[in-house]
Amino acid sequence: MGNYLLRRLVVALPSLLGISLILFVLLALAPGDPFGELASNPNIPPEVREALRIKFGMDDPILLRYLHWLVAMLHGDWGFSFASRVNVDTLILQRIPATLYVVGSSQLLALAVALPVGVLAAMRPYSIFDQIANTFAFIGFSLPTFFTGLLFILIFSVNLGWLPFVYRADIHATGWLWYWENIKQAIMPVAVLGLFQAASYTRYVRSAVLDVIKLDYVTTARSKGLAERKVITRHVVRNALIPVVTLVALQMPTVFGGAIITEQIFRIPGIGSLLISAILANDTPVIMAVTFVFACLVVLFNLVADILYGWLDPRISFR
Amino acid sequence: MAAISVVVLGLLALAILVGPWVWRVAIDDIDFTARLATPSWEHPFGTDDLGQDLLARMLYGGRISLAVGFAAMAVGLFFGTVVGSIAGASKGPVDAALMWVTDLFLSLPQLPLLLLVIYLFRDGLKAWVGSEGGTFILIVLVIGGFRWMPVARLVRAQFLSLREKEFVEAARALGASKLRLVVRHILPNALGPVIVAGTIDVAAAIIAESTLSFLGLGFPPDIPTWGRLLYDAKDYLDIAPHWALFAGGAIFLTVITINFIGDGLRDALDPRKVM
Repeated sequence: MGNYLLRRLVVALPSLLGISLILFVLLALAPGDPFGELASNPNIPPEVREALRIKFGMDDPILLRYLHWLVAMLHGDWGFSFASRVNVDTLILQRIPATLYVVGSSQLLALAVALPVGVLAAMRPYSIFDQIANTFAFIGFSLPTFFTGLLFILIFSVNLGWLPFVYRADIHATGWLWYWENIKQAIMPVAVLGLFQAASYTRYVRSAVLDVIKLDYVTTARSKGLAERKVITRHVVRNALIPVVTLVALQMPTVFGGAIITEQIFRIPGIGSLLISAILANDTPVIMAVTFVFACLVVLFNLVADILYGWLDPRISFR
Repeated sequence: MAAISVVVLGLLALAILVGPWVWRVAIDDIDFTARLATPSWEHPFGTDDLGQDLLARMLYGGRISLAVGFAAMAVGLFFGTVVGSIAGASKGPVDAALMWVTDLFLSLPQLPLLLLVIYLFRDGLKAWVGSEGGTFILIVLVIGGFRWMPVARLVRAQFLSLREKEFVEAARALGASKLRLVVRHILPNALGPVIVAGTIDVAAAIIAESTLSFLGLGFPPDIPTWGRLLYDAKDYLDIAPHWALFAGGAIFLTVITINFIGDGLRDALDPRKVM
């Protein structure tokens, strides 16, 4: 298992490098010069501008610039946010817990809904329950998160007044009340994101279980006289989960995309809303860093999926 | 369901194409006496905060949303087919490298990158081809550029199985060149599943465009795409919910009908799935 983990780590590194290369090439190709503003400023003589360009290596060959940039990123030197006047890495570290909290709980919710519903639907294909589940799944992933978010606000905040629609990091309450307020304000974003994911996961789980449930070893397990419950949980679901894990890992980019939207709608102080405000404020270092962090998170979750693989199907880790 | 969806989507497309000639209200007709009006005979979908007629704006925005959806799908299919064909037709390192790139793109966080690209290139392209055209080209290229990977994988898989079939071997024995083999014999037979994937891509592209507009980073404010309408409507949810509901409803209706059509096509073309 340790060997397998190490191998996966080695495979993940080139894709991180690839992502960083893509990011850098985009930045280098983009029109506009970071020193363009200095050019129009009459107070700065051209010699100073030239010296600055040389100091920051703007005229070096592109590969050298990439290496410099990569080394700086690895050192944790992510630049300085022009808009909020702090280092980019402190800014991101402040914001990342909120994002992980919302994304993590929404994934848990999605799996908690999708697993039982998908399995039950596949146990009786084309029954009433299956058809209802299928229809809801279809509606679920055809409703874009930004629209469900607004609908939820409209129903639960504006009309019913049950839940707050602005997420606040500084709640003035102590003890149990603090926890309650925190849970209450997270309900809507987590539900919006989680139900959207649950819709597509339900379909994955259903088709994966359908593929497995007719196999011979399931019949064998039944004919041994195992209880139906045990057949389903131990023999069917565990094997059906393997393709589901892949698909969930493949969905990770979408999940983080959805997180940006929900953070924007509910004004959660996470890295997604940081990205949007940085774009609106033309704060390039923050934009680059946040995009890179999102890429790292996706790679990280793919790694987690690989580990889960090894656990679900021990044959994979011995190969 | 797929048949009903075709009808509904057809009606929607017809309304968007013909609507502006029937419903002759300008999209930027400002009327402060009818601000945030609820639906009535005069304004069937109500009005927005400047008293502009929402039906006219939605008909206009629908054209853009659908155009972006189809154009981005075409871009994605084109890139995907090219990459998939090259990978599927060649063996060894070229295939491996192309598939590595495909997997890399699949693991990219799409929305942040979409936003990044638009942020970086927006002004340059605007200066080059004008505000509307520039945004349109950029959005279509970027959305299409992040949706070619599943198509490429699909095409490659089709190629791998088709190139060993007898009819390809017969053509090869007759002395057909590699290019002719690929373009005349393999590609036409590989396109069935690609078209199904393309249907779903239209829906995904429409959602992507609405998302960008909803975040305020898509089309400029004077072009009322459906996502943009939602973005403007979200600050008036408490007093004018009809505004958000009509725009969001239109996106939902379009996306769900396209998804149903794609699902129906897949069932029709792939008998294995129907049990």
